[in-house]
Amino acid sequence: MGMLSRSPWVIHYDGSSCNGCDIEVLAALMPRFDVERFGVVNTGNPKHADILLLTGSINEQNKPVVLNIYNQMPEPKVVLAVGICATSGGIFRECYNVLGGVDKVLPVDVYVPGCAVRPESIIDAVVKGVGILEEKRAAFKAAGKA
Amino acid sequence: MASALLNFLILFPLAVALVIVLVRKGSLFPLVIYPASAVLIGASCLLVGLSAGGKPILIPAHFGWVEPVMLAVEGVVSAYLLFLALKQRDWAVSALVVIQSILLFGFHFGTGHSAHAGANLFFDLFSVVMGLIVGIVGTLIAVFSVGYMRDLHKHSGDHAGHAIPDNRPVFFGIIFLFLSAMFGVCFSNNLLWLFFFWEITTVCSFLMIRYKMDDISVKNAFWALRWNLLGGLAFLLGIIYLYHTQHTIELDKLLSLPKALVMLPLALISFAGLTKSAQLPFSSWLVGAMVAPTPVSALLHSSTMVKAGVYIVLRFAASLEGTLLGMVIALVGLVTFLIGSFICISQNDAKKVLAYSTIANLGLIILCAGIGTYEAVWAGILLIVFHAVSKGLLFLCVGSIEHKLGSRQIEDMSGLVIRLPRLAFMLEIGIAGMFLAPFGMLISKWAVLRAIVDYNPLFAIFLIYGSAATLFFWVKWLGKIINVEKPYTNIETGISRSQWIPMGALTGLTLLICALFAPFAVVFIDPYIVALYGHSMSLGAGNMAIMTIMLSMIGFFPLAFLNYGRGVKVSPPYLAGANVGELGQQFRDSMGGVKAMHMKNFYMENYFSEARLMRLGVLVTVVFLIAMIAIGGM
Amino acid sequence: MSWFSGIAYILFAPFLGGIIAGLDRKISARLQGRIGPPLFQPFYDVGKLFQKETLVVRQSQHLYMEFFFVLMVFSGAIFFSGGDLLLVIFAFTMAGVFFALGGYKASSPYSFIGAQREVLQMMSYEPAVLLAAVGMYMVTGSFQVAKIIEYPHPLIAQLPGLFLAFFFILPIKFRKSPFDLATSHHAHQELVKGITTEFSGRTLALIEIAHWYEYVFVLGIGYLFFASNVWFGLLMTLVIFELLLVVDNATARVRWQAMLGSAWVVALVAGGLNIIYLMWMKG
Repeated sequence: MGMLSRSPWVIHYDGSSCNGCDIEVLAALMPRFDVERFGVVNTGNPKHADILLLTGSINEQNKPVVLNIYNQMPEPKVVLAVGICATSGGIFRECYNVLGGVDKVLPVDVYVPGCAVRPESIIDAVVKGVGILEEKRAAFKAAGKA
Repeated sequence: MASALLNFLILFPLAVALVIVLVRKGSLFPLVIYPASAVLIGASCLLVGLSAGGKPILIPAHFGWVEPVMLAVEGVVSAYLLFLALKQRDWAVSALVVIQSILLFGFHFGTGHSAHAGANLFFDLFSVVMGLIVGIVGTLIAVFSVGYMRDLHKHSGDHAGHAIPDNRPVFFGIIFLFLSAMFGVCFSNNLLWLFFFWEITTVCSFLMIRYKMDDISVKNAFWALRWNLLGGLAFLLGIIYLYHTQHTIELDKLLSLPKALVMLPLALISFAGLTKSAQLPFSSWLVGAMVAPTPVSALLHSSTMVKAGVYIVLRFAASLEGTLLGMVIALVGLVTFLIGSFICISQNDAKKVLAYSTIANLGLIILCAGIGTYEAVWAGILLIVFHAVSKGLLFLCVGSIEHKLGSRQIEDMSGLVIRLPRLAFMLEIGIAGMFLAPFGMLISKWAVLRAIVDYNPLFAIFLIYGSAATLFFWVKWLGKIINVEKPYTNIETGISRSQWIPMGALTGLTLLICALFAPFAVVFIDPYIVALYGHSMSLGAGNMAIMTIMLSMIGFFPLAFLNYGRGVKVSPPYLAGANVGELGQQFRDSMGGVKAMHMKNFYMENYFSEARLMRLGVLVTVVFLIAMIAIGGM
Repeated sequence: MSWFSGIAYILFAPFLGGIIAGLDRKISARLQGRIGPPLFQPFYDVGKLFQKETLVVRQSQHLYMEFFFVLMVFSGAIFFSGGDLLLVIFAFTMAGVFFALGGYKASSPYSFIGAQREVLQMMSYEPAVLLAAVGMYMVTGSFQVAKIIEYPHPLIAQLPGLFLAFFFILPIKFRKSPFDLATSHHAHQELVKGITTEFSGRTLALIEIAHWYEYVFVLGIGYLFFASNVWFGLLMTLVIFELLLVVDNATARVRWQAMLGSAWVVALVAGGLNIIYLMWMKG
């Protein structure tokens, strides 16, 4: 295993979620699930993060914010859409202001369905994301050499 | 040779001053001032060749005509000051002038008529070091002022408000007169001569502070005059008392007499030194003096004139060692250092920061003098040298920056490295010189700390707190210069060569004496200390090696800029994802409007308020001063 | 001076420091009822950071941090080769200044306030550290670390007040609650990551390693108080570190006024009384 997969730092952004998924994200950090066992840290800072973890759907208001955060993350990076709203817009899909899931604005690497999503699924998603991270790193390195 | 050189150094600037005042033609000033400055710097460098040692070398030459001339000048100046003071209705100054004149003339025509000094002039290594500072740093500042004053008068016409009357002939005349007087202070052995030159510097300072002639300048000029005259009065009383009890008016005799016999004169003249070097409780005059044009602040109020005050007290160091008087003087210096450093934290005006930091550093030197051990004097002389060079540089930089930015607020200096890159670089060197290891001031602060711990560790506690505060205000200024809030363009044009050359030279000097301070100390300071105490101070060869390594490491820092932007990707700052605009340096607020980001420093006015700290400092030091005179009298 | 231990510090301090950082995370997690990351997690983190892209806001900001690293290593090396304690503290301060300047240069509001607070923290801890040096000098008669270590009795017996003042400011140097104002390891950051907000990739890794050096160096100063016996000294250093973690997990962050005020008052009162005691002992 490479270093990247041992130390995935996450930035968590709450789009327009109902906070259900966010509570589950925090639950994953708490003693019961303790994702720090796998080196996962919630950084709250895009410049330090490897994984962008989004909950809630994308709307007109938060679209530039999500883009800014994504652009301010150093390569290699992956995007997790956590919860049904983030994957497709969920029950808010038809709202006048909602664009839909995260994939309307960003290339999503892992989709995690659930309403609200369970901490086990989040951990599972991070582990999947870490694998993609390693692949991207290889690609990034190859691109850097070329 | 020595006698001729000293006479030349005192008389030549005087002649230049006369020429300038007589010529009165703006276009001719550079033609007079530049060559004269070159000559003066050259002549000062010759001082090194005097083979001065630690022991004073007296020059027994007699000039019968000098004393009447001095007396006449003193009479005329007193009359002029009295006239101005009465016109201003400043009764304190008027009274001081009158009392001083009565005492001086009474002394001359009364008992003191028979007072003759065996040697009027002298020199030793300490005077030579002072002479070098005056000759090199002082003259460089004089050169700077040519371009600066041209700018000042050009800009003052733009403003609708008070236009500054263009009185440049008098300005430059006073600058050179002042240089002459400063050489006089450094090399006089006859205390009456010393007093004469001392008072001339006071008058120069007064005339320079009121140069702009607006209400505030005139008011502050009189305020400065008042305290300096009070010091002058104490000086004169000290001389008269000394003559009456010990029948001498010579500096070397005063220093070689048994301590116990000369306590009162020492106390009185040290009192004069404290007023001149703007120690608490007199510090407010130096802060007020910042209304003067910046070269004046650099020359008189940081690099040279205020150094005359610490020079005289430091001369007495060996006599003060281990006495109660010395302890009280040390306490005054210590309190001044502490309060001055604290006040700097809450100041945004760059010149005020420099003023208070000058007061604080002079306090440190006074502290060394009061302690009076060989380590302390060694550190004190080093402090004088490093401070004169770095602070002179800082003042000049701030002066030029003020003209380019139209402000001297530190908060307005954001992005200075982009707007005024070369000035910012020099300012950085100056600031680093003031507090950062392994630059000058820190070396001396290190020596001071060692000296003070051996003397009385309780004093060290306050020194340590003061130096922690020093760190804070310098770093935040430095940070403001390199911090970039928004896109800036380079506006560094139109700064004359007369400004660049002195600033460049002082930057070079700051770096040079840092690199070469060890040999400098061996050649210029150690023999003086050995002559006084029989042994000298050393920081240890291993430590010197480490300092040198550190300095060369810092020397590599500019080289790191070869890597500028290599291997990194530029991205806008993190603004919680709300960046807008091409460079992302603005953000969208909660109401959808676009805002620019601003970054402001901490000033902590509630905790380090100028007014409150000053009041406290004045209260404490007044008690010390009363104790000081009382101890001297006992 | 023993150059050997200085070189040993340069070579091995990062490993030791990394393990200290790992222990810190592990023990903190246990104190919070979690299992916590592996002991070598800090090494994984730094290894990862070296593989990432380095983003900057201003193109010279990382240069300041590289100098912070170099100076940090340098000041620790002087300390461990038995150099002058005052000189060590000055070099250490200079490293801190470069760290703060990096934060200023990054020109982001978060790093700017972080840098402000960093300098404030330096102003808060400096009296305690310098006073500790003064106290050691008064007892042992030398500022040389090599001489201080040779002193036959534990210094703590004569310097309890100064040790208290030193322990009080330790959270500042370890970036722990209640004094983790400038940047912090934990999630409770109103300043995002404070001074390190705008640093990523290689530069952040260097900062992290510099902090490891710093841990070893600061604990080294703590060791001086117990240096009469090596094993006792090491044990006590470990105890100090443990206590620090307990304090970290038991307290909340304070405002800067409380930090500056309390650090200065404790140094003044405890340190001052201690120094008066020493003066009295000497007569």
